[in-house]
Amino acid sequence: MANMGLVLPRPQVSALKIWQRNLLVWRKLLGPSMAFSFGEPVIYLLGLGYGLGQFIGEVGGIPYFTFLAAGLLAASAMNVASFEGMFSVFTRMTHQQTYDAILATPLTVDDIVAGEMLWCATKSLLNTLPILVVAFLLGAIRDWSALGAIPVFFLVGLCFAGPALVMAALAASYDFFNYYTTLLVTPMFIFSGVFYPVATLPAVAQVVVNILPLSHAIALIRPLVAGQPLVDPVLHITVLVVYASLGYAAASVFIRRRLIR
Amino acid sequence: MSLVPPPPDAVVVARGLTKRFGERTVVCGIDLTIPRGGCFGLLGPNGAGKTTTLRMILGQSPMSGGTLSVLGLPMPAAIREIHARTGVVPQSDNQDPDFTVVENLRMYARYFGLRPAQVAGRIDELLGFLELSDRRDALMRELSGGMKRRLSIARALINDPEFIMLDEPTTGLDPQVRHLIWTRLRKLKTSGKTLLLTTHYMDEAERLCDQLVVIDRGRIVTQGSPRGLIEQHVEPHVIEVQGEAGSVVPVLGNIPGARLLTVGETHYCYASELGPVLARLETVPQLRYTHRTANLEDVFLKLTGHELRE
Repeated sequence: MANMGLVLPRPQVSALKIWQRNLLVWRKLLGPSMAFSFGEPVIYLLGLGYGLGQFIGEVGGIPYFTFLAAGLLAASAMNVASFEGMFSVFTRMTHQQTYDAILATPLTVDDIVAGEMLWCATKSLLNTLPILVVAFLLGAIRDWSALGAIPVFFLVGLCFAGPALVMAALAASYDFFNYYTTLLVTPMFIFSGVFYPVATLPAVAQVVVNILPLSHAIALIRPLVAGQPLVDPVLHITVLVVYASLGYAAASVFIRRRLIR
Repeated sequence: MSLVPPPPDAVVVARGLTKRFGERTVVCGIDLTIPRGGCFGLLGPNGAGKTTTLRMILGQSPMSGGTLSVLGLPMPAAIREIHARTGVVPQSDNQDPDFTVVENLRMYARYFGLRPAQVAGRIDELLGFLELSDRRDALMRELSGGMKRRLSIARALINDPEFIMLDEPTTGLDPQVRHLIWTRLRKLKTSGKTLLLTTHYMDEAERLCDQLVVIDRGRIVTQGSPRGLIEQHVEPHVIEVQGEAGSVVPVLGNIPGARLLTVGETHYCYASELGPVLARLETVPQLRYTHRTANLEDVFLKLTGHELRE
């Protein structure tokens, strides 16, 4: 059994029970959950969108308000999945011992990882959707094609869930998540094209940014919100799917090592 | 290795069960046969390997060696099916704090593939059985320790298991709750369930267990029924004296047919005949003592020693 951590994950449909559990808890804690993931992007949208929008006007043929709204939607999907996958999963794994209780039932670690990934993606969608509504009400949405961004929120959530679960599996305490947030989440938020086009960065920085997933999420969401044609959609979707798959594989290994000793 | 084949309907059959964490061997190749029906006890001091053994039987800790079958099925290959027929009361309560009592039971039933409508009657029954009916809509923070523990037991029964594993089910509870839990566990026994219990309370083991093993440092030290073990290992009379070793040992040491064991400031004098010990005690009338019959705690202290374990 020495290779316990390296077997192929074999989740079953029962993984959806984990997803269902989290959805039921989410419904109970709707207020604080929304305030956290909804408040900040809306403040950015209003503050920077109206403020900077006056000076900037248009970026690449898109009004700055719309440009920024698209970036913030992608960033929200990233943040929601990252924080759920780190803080909430860590709480369920340690303080609440939720997984210990679940592992005494027919569900397995593979179900937990699959269920949590699906849940993180669902929460990205659920908590980002209201921002889309606000952006629409404020006139930032230029076309009905924006509805096509909704499944992208889910895919972005899936993409960021895996690494977050790995962080949760490695963490000794909540403070550990500062490394991931400071070294990856915040730099992506600033450099991946939320506030300005990636093309304005130096060439080397552009390479790095294009390896990371957030720029690809924005490249999909922005044209949909602005009513412009998608550029290289297959490439961007592939990058997100590859990140989601690798993240899932890594999360399976690390969560298993943490829970099955 | 035992050469006697286990009974065909045994609930747990472990052979050479071993667990290593790196260089450290926590469970050293134990053989264990838990027959169907009744309560089987797993006793031992802290760090003896009880919880690790339990976790291996449950498949939550991979074995480093040996073979294990639970409910006639191979562990870990058949883990989902074994879990579907097993109930677990964990050492620390781990209900969902965001759910009420009844929501916790409903959610747990879903993990077993049981829909809320299917288990509504069963939930009412279990809440009644554990005297929680009036707390069904309470949140976890509104429950006392004893209520949470009773909810853990109710939750472990949601799938109507044949086999129930309880890891120190009454640790930290007041005497009333302990008695309530013991009564319920005895009822489960008479209804045909098989119970596997770990505890460091010897009175609990004596009350509940039909068979037990004492493990220490990852090895089985002895096994048998509580009564059989007491008769086998300990003299029938026990005189307990409190006091400094200097004032007690000279009085009770070196009595023919008796043996003195000191644990802290308590001295246990084990004797097959009471007369010689009482005669010696009469010489020192200021020494206060109690006389009782031998119990499982005496067996435990004799076999696992009396030094402190962490």
